[in-house]
Amino acid sequence: MSSIATENNTPREDTLTIGETTYRSRLLVGTGKYKDLDETRDAIDASGAEIVTVAIRRTNIGQNPGEPNLLDVISPDRYTILPNTAGCYTADDAVRTCRLARELLDGHDLVKLEVLGDERTLYPDVVQTLSAAETLVADGFKVMVYTSDDPILAKRLEEIGCVAVMPLAAPIGSGLGIQNRYNVMEIVENAQVPILVDAGVGTASDAAIAMELGCDGVLMNTAIAAARDPVLMASAMKKAIEAGREAFLAGRMAKKRYASASSPLEGTFF
Amino acid sequence: MMELIVNGASRQVSEQFTAADLVEDLGLTGRRLAVEVNGELLPRSRFNQHHFNPGDRVEIVQAIGGG
Repeated sequence: MSSIATENNTPREDTLTIGETTYRSRLLVGTGKYKDLDETRDAIDASGAEIVTVAIRRTNIGQNPGEPNLLDVISPDRYTILPNTAGCYTADDAVRTCRLARELLDGHDLVKLEVLGDERTLYPDVVQTLSAAETLVADGFKVMVYTSDDPILAKRLEEIGCVAVMPLAAPIGSGLGIQNRYNVMEIVENAQVPILVDAGVGTASDAAIAMELGCDGVLMNTAIAAARDPVLMASAMKKAIEAGREAFLAGRMAKKRYASASSPLEGTFF
Repeated sequence: MMELIVNGASRQVSEQFTAADLVEDLGLTGRRLAVEVNGELLPRSRFNQHHFNPGDRVEIVQAIGGG
């Protein structure tokens, strides 16, 4: 865990605050695409994540009545459950999903809003996203919003009252890594709310880069779940997020075109 | 009896059924779920009072794995 020195040199914990809640982990993870619930639980445990996304879907009626429930494994007592609106292509469907999720989670009002534009790219439909965000904020939800890496739009979503803005790094599930780091930097520099990269991370270095750019956190699912060893990758991601964050806080050296000797040039005896 | 559309499938239930009766009939009592009727949320606190109309579209949802 990172700590940063304050002016009087006493270290204070480097935490992430979303809405009114403070977290120690800056890695948020999804629960999709795992082999089974045991693997889901083990990977999430290894990731150290405190905020965990879930999807809302129809209950299977008449099939497997004794089937274990995800929330038995990922307990709302231990984790902050972040229901998403994945699969929604209209603002109306996203709002319905959030209202069901709030009821499901006994009034818990933190949601991940995503309204998709098409199946090929899974890019956000930003017009529908803005509309849904307005409705949800007015209805008392704390909205963490998935969006494109457009700095203007990110600012609009913040102004609407979203508690966190989450630009994509690359298409959902693509694992391509951060494709436009200058946009992400621009979004981060202008933001008054936490900025988290959501989607597109493929491996640990991608997560570290997001954090080095100054992002407040990263949300990922496939990069862990689709690794050959998801539990080991979850552990790698935890370290990458911490390393990237510390590098950002440390302030990287300036880049130079030419070499600069690390050893003193004086005192040579040859 | 009357017909409801429950999670997209037709289901015959008693006209006296409350939402709580439907949940019980489906073997879902005690499960963590949420219910919507004709696109409107039905809070759990109203399961015992809520009666259906023929043809109501009922959605019963839960949390599953997702990103």
